[in-house]
Amino acid sequence: MKLGAFDLPDLPDLDGIRACVHCGICLPQCPTYRVLGEEMDSPRGRIYLIRAAAEGRVGITETFTHHLDLCLGCRACETACPSGVPFGRLLEQTRGQIERHGHRRLSHRFLAGLTLGLFPYPGRLARLLAIVALYQHSGLQRLVRASGLLRLAPRLAAMEGLLPPLGSWRARELPELVQATGRRRGRAGLVLGCVQRYFFPRVNELTARLLSLAGYEVLIPRDQECCGALHLHAGRLDQARRFARGLIAAFDGGVDLVVANAAGCGSAMREYGHWLDGDPRARQFSLRVRDISELLADAELPLRPMEVTATYHDPCHLAHGQRIRREPRALLNRIPGLTLVELAESDLCCGSAGIYNLLEREMAERLLELKVSRIAETGARTVVTGNPGCVLQIARGCRERGLAVEVLHPVELLARALSY
Amino acid sequence: MLTPEFLRELARIVGPAGVVATPEGRLTYECDMHTFYKGAPDAVALPTSAEQVGEVVRLCLREGIPVVPRGSGTGVIGGAMAPRGGVMVSTTRMTRTFEVDLLNRCATVEPGVINLQLTHAVKDRGYFFAPDPSSQMVCSIGGNCATNAGGPHCLKYGITVNHVLGLQVVTGAGELLWLGSKARERVGYDLTGVMVGSEGTLGIVTAVRVRLLHLPEAVKTILAVFSSVEDASETVSAIIAAGIIAAALECLDEPAIRAVEEGIGAGYPKGAGAVLLIELDGPRAEIEAQAEKIVEICRSHLALEIRVAQDEAERELLWKGRKGFAGAIGRLTRNWLLQDAVVPRSKLPQAIRALNAISARHRLLVAHVFHAGDGNLHPIICYDAEQPGELERAMQANEELLRACIAMGGSVTGEHGVGVDKAANLRLQYGEADLAFMARLRQVFDPTGIMNPGKLLPSHPACGETLSAVPPQSLPQGAWV
Ligand SMILES: Cc1cc2nc3c(=O)[nH]c(=O)nc-3n(C[C@H](O)[C@H](O)[C@H](O)COP(=O)(O)OP(=O)(O)OC[C@H]3O[C@@H](n4cnc5c(N)ncnc54)[C@H](O)[C@@H]3O)c2cc1C
Ligand code: SF4
Ligand code: SF4
Repeated sequence: MKLGAFDLPDLPDLDGIRACVHCGICLPQCPTYRVLGEEMDSPRGRIYLIRAAAEGRVGITETFTHHLDLCLGCRACETACPSGVPFGRLLEQTRGQIERHGHRRLSHRFLAGLTLGLFPYPGRLARLLAIVALYQHSGLQRLVRASGLLRLAPRLAAMEGLLPPLGSWRARELPELVQATGRRRGRAGLVLGCVQRYFFPRVNELTARLLSLAGYEVLIPRDQECCGALHLHAGRLDQARRFARGLIAAFDGGVDLVVANAAGCGSAMREYGHWLDGDPRARQFSLRVRDISELLADAELPLRPMEVTATYHDPCHLAHGQRIRREPRALLNRIPGLTLVELAESDLCCGSAGIYNLLEREMAERLLELKVSRIAETGARTVVTGNPGCVLQIARGCRERGLAVEVLHPVELLARALSY
Repeated sequence: MLTPEFLRELARIVGPAGVVATPEGRLTYECDMHTFYKGAPDAVALPTSAEQVGEVVRLCLREGIPVVPRGSGTGVIGGAMAPRGGVMVSTTRMTRTFEVDLLNRCATVEPGVINLQLTHAVKDRGYFFAPDPSSQMVCSIGGNCATNAGGPHCLKYGITVNHVLGLQVVTGAGELLWLGSKARERVGYDLTGVMVGSEGTLGIVTAVRVRLLHLPEAVKTILAVFSSVEDASETVSAIIAAGIIAAALECLDEPAIRAVEEGIGAGYPKGAGAVLLIELDGPRAEIEAQAEKIVEICRSHLALEIRVAQDEAERELLWKGRKGFAGAIGRLTRNWLLQDAVVPRSKLPQAIRALNAISARHRLLVAHVFHAGDGNLHPIICYDAEQPGELERAMQANEELLRACIAMGGSVTGEHGVGVDKAANLRLQYGEADLAFMARLRQVFDPTGIMNPGKLLPSHPACGETLSAVPPQSLPQGAWV
């Protein structure tokens, strides 16, 4: 069965395409349009291309693929659209079609394959990270950076630059169950995430601790794997579905809520109900998903004053993907003495976008440049954001441009203000 | 088709990254918001300066290639599209602000600057750019000049032409000119007035000197709810008769309210027959008194509810609903046709009744959102191109609607412009001699007829043919799934 250039399964949602009235209201919100000013790199243009492919007016050509690959999947266009075009879903479905029929550049395929084949698998990633830690601590990193070798392989340099110091990568295993300490409010399952788990294990530890203080009994299943978000965004829909099923099963043991502290994971998990259409467990799972900021914003926490000026960057998959903007700010504002300076264009993508910064380096750099200069304008020395990809990207951007700021997950800042 | 040499030459002028020549890329430029009319350019050029625009136009002039300017592509008339191919000149990379001169209350910007961005840039210092089309968050100032755009607040402040002091243009003859000056007085022929509203048929606007206004001391926004559009329009007449000059008087009918509430959630009461959005601005004491009077008038015209925005957030939300409406059409229908006719204000209730009767006769939904204060209607005829026969009925209704408005002493377009969509309709308003004169004026700026051919005038002087509509391509039904 074919429809224009597309076929089953996962046909791009035709009603979603039809909902676009071509008004252009989304254009100024689109990062790639902001940088390039080109119609085919705008949401309206991309939807038009998807529509044209469904109508059989264009094929899934290399150019078609290029314009869809250049999309960050940030979903700022969805927030802006008064007609309710489900852009994120359309993009993922179209990328699924590209995966099956398309012409992707070999280098894209290789890098995507490498990262997507790595992150979700704890064993593989752990082995690699051991090597990276050795690389950083043996002095080899300094040598390589000095040698200029990285200039020869810009994509490798992109990956290398993102690595945070991995001194603590061998995180303490978290217990499977953490008891609630405050007034009991329910039982929450904690999703550890891939990037979070290996690069920022402390964020997971602190999340568990804060949840417990807030009155949640925290269940942390040992056997949980990846949530599949990266695969979903890359159009590897079947793989994403496999991970989704796995995660649903891992949390099957009666939790009231499923908590994510990585915006990308939370956003993807809220879509399980759609991607596993017909599986009632998936829909229920999606309804239980919460971002950590939602649970902590009004929880009883013993906080002491802390003089700090901070600014907040909205992760796309929190602000646009889950429509959560108020809670993280409310959470920060609860710290006595904290001054929150609004970041101009706080919800414009920083260019991280999953593995985008490895694949579309030039665009990612231009967006990062913009983000860093906005951060510099605030004068804040602390940047807070609730997605590990954004933390890595923004930290690197600031480091490379000599801007002395600390980039933290909200729970890290909150934990510092805890008085006990 | 353009030759490889031509494309090389184009790339030399604007740089290789400034040319779009792939079939996929060109396709996305084939229409503005009125997707009914399609025509992809053979190439798109994205210049970054007036000099580059000049070179591109001169190259096209030499080769006899059509030139189609494009801003943000939010037009609703089949304007920024290329029915005869050629080179589309996009101004999206011309976004510099050359000067903000608050002492003389003016600013000079490139055409690609977004309308609302200009206001944002001067708001903190107490100024704003008055023309506020509902698309102001995205449309370009160049596009506003080209279409002589209006907006809700034009009731009090006037339309784009009242706020343009001067323009830099590249004419169809390839000259780079400055029309107008910084002073409000116009010496000699008012060429600024000729250029504004010319829809790219005379030349490309490469810089605009606009007037900035002082922000009013206070603003008050009132939402009045009625059970029918008639009651709402009677209220409008009464407000104006009472001598109150409101900053804006906007009306939405039931289907429009539904779309806005689904798409934006602006807090308009669902199910109401009509809402009137009334804004007053000026000295605080004055508008307080006016507001009291307006509330009284609304009451005596059977308003079901009257709500005064309590703070800036509430006011913004009320406006977000109104301004987002066009984008929320998708909540009502898959395809639509749109009129922009103006009727004498006193005939508003009568006009709405007539239009509703026409669409009912054709078994189609019509939604109304209009600038009630100046009688500028925007009936949106909803249809589904995938249902056999609906397009024909919609086109028929569309035609009858317009004729009904003209018969009441109205005009073809209030603010959207003419483009391809309304070119043939100009004959309803002007005589042959008038149109012939306009064609001659066009030739002065564009002697060979390369500028935006097929738009604005019923037939282009250079080729004398009329353009026919390309019906929308329909997506196959999902039934086979
Ligand atoms: C949601 C929505 C709401 C709208 N509300 C209003 C409204 O309230 N009032 C109103 O008047 N209009 C409204 N419009 C229509 C439209 O936004 C205006 O006509 C606007 O001025 C077009 O600007 P643009 O930059 O998108 O121009 P485009 O659509 O790109 O072009 C419009 C026309 O101008 C020409 N043009 C563009 N730039 C130049 C230039 N630099 N030099 C010469 N010619 C040029 C093009 O060739 C074309 O003919 C609305 C549209 C939308 C989508
Ligand atoms: S996606 Fe939405 S906002 Fe963007 S052009 Fe389409 S309808 Fe308008
Ligand atoms: S998802 Fe982001 S990058 Fe992609 S079209 Fe939408 S706004 Fe642009």
